[in-house]
Amino acid sequence: MSRDKPASILPALLLLLSAGIYAFLFLHAEQQWEVAVLAILGVAAILSAGRLGISGQVERSWRCSPVLLGWLAMIVAAALIYLLREDHFSLLMVATLLLYAMVCLGLNVQFGYAGVVNFAGAAFFGIGGYTAAMLAGHTATPHLLILAIAGLLSGLIGSLLVLPLLRTRGHYAALITIAFAILFRTFLEVNDLLGGPQGLKVPGISLLGWNFNDNIEIDDETQFSFYLAYALFSLVLFALAFLLVRRLERSWLGLSLDAVRIDETAASVFGFNVARWKILAFSLGNVLAGVAGAVYAMMTGFVAPASFTIAESLIFVSIIILGGVGNPIGILPAAALVVILPEKLQFIQEYRYLLFSAFVILILLFKPGGLLPRPLRRYFAHWGKA
Amino acid sequence: MDAGLLGQYVFNGLMLGIIYAMVAVGFTLFFGVLDVIKFSHGDVLMVGAFVGLMTYLGLSGLGVTSGALLTVCAMFAAMLAMGVLGALMARWLVLPLRNAPAINVLLITLMAGTVLRELIRLFYPAGANPKPFPRLLPTDAISIGTLTLRYDNLILLAVGVGAIVAVHLLVTRTKLGLAIRAVAQDSETARIMGMNFQMVVLVTFALGSALAALAGVTAGLYYNEINFSMGLLLGVIGFSAAVVGGLGNLYGAILGGFLFAALQTLGAVWFSVPAYKDVFAFALVILLMAWRPTGLIAEKAAERV
Repeated sequence: MSRDKPASILPALLLLLSAGIYAFLFLHAEQQWEVAVLAILGVAAILSAGRLGISGQVERSWRCSPVLLGWLAMIVAAALIYLLREDHFSLLMVATLLLYAMVCLGLNVQFGYAGVVNFAGAAFFGIGGYTAAMLAGHTATPHLLILAIAGLLSGLIGSLLVLPLLRTRGHYAALITIAFAILFRTFLEVNDLLGGPQGLKVPGISLLGWNFNDNIEIDDETQFSFYLAYALFSLVLFALAFLLVRRLERSWLGLSLDAVRIDETAASVFGFNVARWKILAFSLGNVLAGVAGAVYAMMTGFVAPASFTIAESLIFVSIIILGGVGNPIGILPAAALVVILPEKLQFIQEYRYLLFSAFVILILLFKPGGLLPRPLRRYFAHWGKA
Repeated sequence: MDAGLLGQYVFNGLMLGIIYAMVAVGFTLFFGVLDVIKFSHGDVLMVGAFVGLMTYLGLSGLGVTSGALLTVCAMFAAMLAMGVLGALMARWLVLPLRNAPAINVLLITLMAGTVLRELIRLFYPAGANPKPFPRLLPTDAISIGTLTLRYDNLILLAVGVGAIVAVHLLVTRTKLGLAIRAVAQDSETARIMGMNFQMVVLVTFALGSALAALAGVTAGLYYNEINFSMGLLLGVIGFSAAVVGGLGNLYGAILGGFLFAALQTLGAVWFSVPAYKDVFAFALVILLMAWRPTGLIAEKAAERV
């Protein structure tokens, strides 16, 4: 294959189209067997695409006009959300998927790029949620500002862990985030101001006088689900976060983060300020988790300690391992597998933790790169082949 | 505070400390031989406690009534079963990932722990509910002033101390212990000297897991209740204790276990809401890690660039 041959845009277009149709069919499937067949087909398609070199083709074709295709992806996603406009449950799942994926983008920056483990993802998600509950419940702060404050506060509380995290590494660093996750959950349960084990109610988002929790009435006959607004809002937030993470990865910042992850000692010998890069990655990840947590809390209408356990943190970590550590694209199918599948497949609902843990074990044993392993960094469309 | 109450707190702290130390010793043994963290350790403890309970139920169904015999059988059955389980996990989950990043081992064992926890929750009869654990040991108490010490707790404390001393002697005085220490120090050289590396690793994992099972049965006898999620917190506490003490160091693990128990007891005394004791203990663990990044008895490490 010649390395200068311009890639066609067709494979990427086909991918977008088929992903959109697949997502629609999946969310619309009513029968249990339909869901099961579709899920198996989806995983098989992703795995065989890697084997057959299709993912390489799609990737090359994506690189030839990333901006256009990015907008098209947004349009496909928005169209999908519009098609589901009257279906509360599907829209809730789409929004949840996007918000979970946003947290995982943050974890991906921390673990995938800088190599900082974080087993307290759900805690930072929860800090965002509780901030939204306190501010929206007791003050008249504009809701966009609340989201920003939730993110900042999450980053700020995360910075308490920075010093111990910088001084330790490996298992010792893992312990710090695990200890924080347990500390946070216990703290929520015993703190009466924060509602104790029952948690708090959270009002819905209202932007510029538009209350997201009202159903959208077109006329007397047609009514759109109020989750439509949340799904679209989550889509925009996810897209912004994705763009940020992608840009970060491509920039010199991403290169520095990679250097710090691959060999901390060598990086510091070459003059990298290891502490600075770790702080940047850790804080950015927590900010993303905090914002997503605030939106999630305002969408579901309540926060409680039981949603922010270490088991939830492990769900986030499983998503990035399943998707492929360091590959933000992989997060979406992995999150769909973890978030949507158990909701659609009622009979595995009870067994979902068991199944995911077993699935992650298999992935770690036999395909440690994940479903979509991180590709090599390329700066120009014509670099390298396959 | 009078001396009796103080003594009571100290004694309760010692009981917790010995359970934590038994868990922490397992973590430190695994880290010693393979430089890995086996995070399913707490859940192995939990399964061990359930095996102990099932042994009791089975034997008392057969008509055995002697409390001492039941206790000994429950402890040995749990230790045997968990020893085998620990070796199997080492063989099929930990050893295959020897060349993968260390964090993958932590993750895979974490997930294996979740599998164990869910298996008990879903498939043990009414496994989601707490199970009463029988009082098998005499509950008479001796009183010294205002301090009352129950015989069963004294026996459990003695068993725990005995188990840790036995492991210590095994590691420092026997040929097997020599092999474990040799592999811990330099596994390549140990292999060149003709040691069966895999066997040493499997035996070490069996040993640590059996100790966890003993800790599980002890916790069951002490609290008179076990449940499917008891391993999560005990595992994290054991891990914290091993790390605070210094991973790979047997004395560090024991020190860490008692230190964590002391922190929890202090937290329970100081705060009006007792549940803050865990917040307090874990916050201090994070601070301790910031102060001594590789534990109180520091790991000797040099880095080659």
